[in-house]
Amino acid sequence: MPRLIGLVFLVLVVFGPALGKDAQPLANDPALEKRLNNLSKELRCLVCQNETLADSQADLAEDLRREIREQMQAGKSDQEIINFLTQRYGQFILYRPQVTPTTYLLWFGPFVLLLAGLVILFKYIKQRRDLIEEQPLTVDQRKMAEDLLGSDSGKESA
Amino acid sequence: MLRYLLPLGIFIVLVVFLAIGLGRDPHEVPSPLINKAAPTFRLPQLKDPSKTFSAEEMRGKVWILNVWASWCISCRDEHPLLIEYAKSGAVPIYGLNYKDQRDNALQWLSELGDPYVLSAADEDGRVAIDYGVYGAPETYLIDKNGTIRFKQVGAVTPDVWEKTILPLAQELNRGTK
Repeated sequence: MPRLIGLVFLVLVVFGPALGKDAQPLANDPALEKRLNNLSKELRCLVCQNETLADSQADLAEDLRREIREQMQAGKSDQEIINFLTQRYGQFILYRPQVTPTTYLLWFGPFVLLLAGLVILFKYIKQRRDLIEEQPLTVDQRKMAEDLLGSDSGKESA
Repeated sequence: MLRYLLPLGIFIVLVVFLAIGLGRDPHEVPSPLINKAAPTFRLPQLKDPSKTFSAEEMRGKVWILNVWASWCISCRDEHPLLIEYAKSGAVPIYGLNYKDQRDNALQWLSELGDPYVLSAADEDGRVAIDYGVYGAPETYLIDKNGTIRFKQVGAVTPDVWEKTILPLAQELNRGTK
């Protein structure tokens, strides 16, 4: 019995990968594939939204990679390809959306929050400092203290 | 007083933002194609591949382009509604058969009925990329000038049809919008 399981396991290990999806044929140009890979890491797969176009196995991602590859072969620049995609799918396809009025909050919001936090922090520290600052005794208070402690201690401290 | 109200205020703002954010469907991505010209294409017709269909032919008409496929599960849910709407004759519905096999697509139409005036076969999905399709079914309402006026991602519901698509199509037909 263990032998049979071992055999099944062996068969799966050897032939299992063959059952999977065929790898996309690589273009003959490794430089272009590298460029494609770098660009598609910046792009979101719209079907499985938390994956990049580079990682996704969705059909649409494969089609889009094919499209990008063809446009690269046709000599289009990365920016032209990004424009092509955002015209169709919107800014959402970009993992780093462009800086436009609609994305100001997205880009600068964290810095605004950081600044607000710093302002509050400084105010708080200043307030604390005021609280612990040395307050010299008034003449009356000193006299009172001397009376309480006896006349000797008053002379020593003076 | 302020030292209690301020954190409370911030907390309420946060809750409102989260409530709105969580209530949204992340699959509904605003399409940049609204109020833009519908991309042109020329594709073979599904039923008779010797004939072609082009979006240009639809100039002067208000029409609906519905992206469907026999492998698409939500398309099956949407299908009876499309048949009903096609029968009403309010707007002609054209199909874009997306990355499908012709036999499967034809079988689907003969089994479930055919709401489409005709379907164009987009076998490799290139036209769908031009239309920014990322999840079939998708439905576009296109006006007489060939401008996309509305897009529905996912199945059309009676609610969307009655409250949005149909009134908009009627206005477009009257030329009041």
